[in-house]
Amino acid sequence: MVTYIIRRLIWAFVMLTIVSIVTFAIFFLVPRLAGATSESLAARYVGRTASAEQVKIAAEKLGFNDPLVVQYGRFAKGIVAGADYDYGPGVEHCPAPCFGYSFLTRLPVWPDLMDRLPVTISLAIGAAVIWVIAGVATGVLSALKRGSVFDRAAMSVALAGVSLPIFFTGIVSLVVFSYGTPFRITAPGGSFTPFDENPAMWAYNLILPWITLAFLYAAGYARLTRAGMLETMNEDYIRTARAKGLNERTVVVKHGLRGALTPILTIFGLDLGLLLGGAVLTESTYSLPGMGKYAIDAILAQDLPKVMGVTLVAAFFVVFANLIVDLLYAVVDPRVRLG
Amino acid sequence: MSFLELKDLRIHFPTDDGLVKSVDGLSFTLERGKTLGIVGESGSGKSVTSLGILGLHKGGRARISGEIWLDGEELVGASQEHVRTLRGKKMAMIFQDPLSAMHPFYTVGDQIIEAYRIHNDVSKKVARKHAIDMLGRVGIPQPERRVDSYPHEFSGGMRQRAMIAMALSCDPELLIADEPTTALDVTVQAQILDLMRDLQRDFNAALIIITHDLGVVAELSDDILVMYGGKCVEYGTSDDIFERPEHPYTWGLLGSMPRLDREPTERLMPIKGSPPSLINVPSGCAFHPRCAFEERTGGRAATQVPELLETEGGHLVRCHLPRERRRAIWENEIKPNLEAS
Repeated sequence: MVTYIIRRLIWAFVMLTIVSIVTFAIFFLVPRLAGATSESLAARYVGRTASAEQVKIAAEKLGFNDPLVVQYGRFAKGIVAGADYDYGPGVEHCPAPCFGYSFLTRLPVWPDLMDRLPVTISLAIGAAVIWVIAGVATGVLSALKRGSVFDRAAMSVALAGVSLPIFFTGIVSLVVFSYGTPFRITAPGGSFTPFDENPAMWAYNLILPWITLAFLYAAGYARLTRAGMLETMNEDYIRTARAKGLNERTVVVKHGLRGALTPILTIFGLDLGLLLGGAVLTESTYSLPGMGKYAIDAILAQDLPKVMGVTLVAAFFVVFANLIVDLLYAVVDPRVRLG
Repeated sequence: MSFLELKDLRIHFPTDDGLVKSVDGLSFTLERGKTLGIVGESGSGKSVTSLGILGLHKGGRARISGEIWLDGEELVGASQEHVRTLRGKKMAMIFQDPLSAMHPFYTVGDQIIEAYRIHNDVSKKVARKHAIDMLGRVGIPQPERRVDSYPHEFSGGMRQRAMIAMALSCDPELLIADEPTTALDVTVQAQILDLMRDLQRDFNAALIIITHDLGVVAELSDDILVMYGGKCVEYGTSDDIFERPEHPYTWGLLGSMPRLDREPTERLMPIKGSPPSLINVPSGCAFHPRCAFEERTGGRAATQVPELLETEGGHLVRCHLPRERRRAIWENEIKPNLEAS
């Protein structure tokens, strides 16, 4: 078990290194293949008014003339030890872990990301709680009342849930519940109150994005749970549980749902990992200053170091979630032997 | 009154294709400390009967009529909640395949503890002690260690022992074993049968063994009930069925049973055809399309449902053939073949 964890940790590290190489290649190798020169790359960092001579100096100082391997090495070293960006007129220091330095905002990317992270985590965790409870409960009830009006209605809503994009449901929810209508339950988006500052305001500002995001995911979980429950409730061990004299609720939850939980947990880990890298659409729709919004803003501003930083952090969450899911497998299903 | 008495039990399932008459007018009695073997092919209604006694058919799907009397209480008309409190406590069941019948995600001990604590208001610790005792009693070595094992960590025979321990944990008075040895190796089968016989003596429970294997019932049963197409076709003591069987279907079962005392070159005598559809049960005697002696009934077999009649001393047979003729066929045509070697 311990050796397995260590092996998986090493593997996760290798994965992250590969992701960083690929990301680096996308931003620095692909443009060159498309004909970009050191100067045209450097031009992004010095502003539009710079003379050709200034651009040339910047390109040299920023290291765009070095071989790509050296450039990647410098980038990787920055993550561990920090880096200094000398762009000609001055030197900007980017402390470790340096995931890049934005010359547009004149700020290192990492502290920005750390500012945004609580928003994204709040959004993802809150939505996750809602969608797991709602999705699993709906799925269980649907399976138990298969073919009933409830089942059909729930599965239709679930189909709508997986089909409707956030930028539709989100805007509808804002129109109905936020912009001065009689149903108003929350402030328009754009504000975030940290949890440790005021938990009530934190929840108040996030309730709509939570529900909208949860709706999308709950739908999938309801379908997944329903399918799993239909299968496990026909298992022999359910008959055994009933033969023991257990009441129906215990049979359903402790024996049925427990048996159907493994795939749900797997998907949940991956979904949550993906979301922690930034719920791009939700954050944009509600103007929440999270990582997804940060990524979109950076892309629109063509601020490459930021985009790269977000990509790497998002990749970290996905790899990390995968690791956790794999380890949890052995906890959830005792038949699984890790090794 | 007998400890267990079934009166004209009918369990029908309405389906899109028609009414499935899984059990169609079944009656028998069973006393404490006695063993009844219910024998028949797949689909003869054996398992449906046992699930019916335990009340495990969903009320919405099955139509159940008739009476089931257990220790003076009628169960068919009783509330589901009341029957639930009897399940596991007063009547318990051992299932065919212990690997699929035990929850893969809980330890064997947890599953026995759960069964015990439903009906006994005791602490987890006491229940665990009881579970270890039970595992020891059914012959599992090192029970205090194995109690924390998962079902998949047991061998097939050990799993069935654990299943038996679970069923016996609340000291049931009626134990139903549905094909308890079918999923096991032959060497293990004998051990499990021995174990069940010993435990039944200890617990003085009434035992119903459901099987398609006449060898199993020969080991254990006092009485044997042969089912065909949802009905009892022959009922009698173990001696009646093995020494003086009178129903052609019972003869067929005996003929298709492999026996060590026969020549290896000799062929088994399977019953021709396949079990009847329970939706369109053959007219008259349900067995007549497969019966080798059908023409000797003078055409009645295809038109008239035979009654279950006593031939002598509690031995019941459902057959149109006159008693003397059945006996003559058994003595002259069937028995010599079975003992040909």
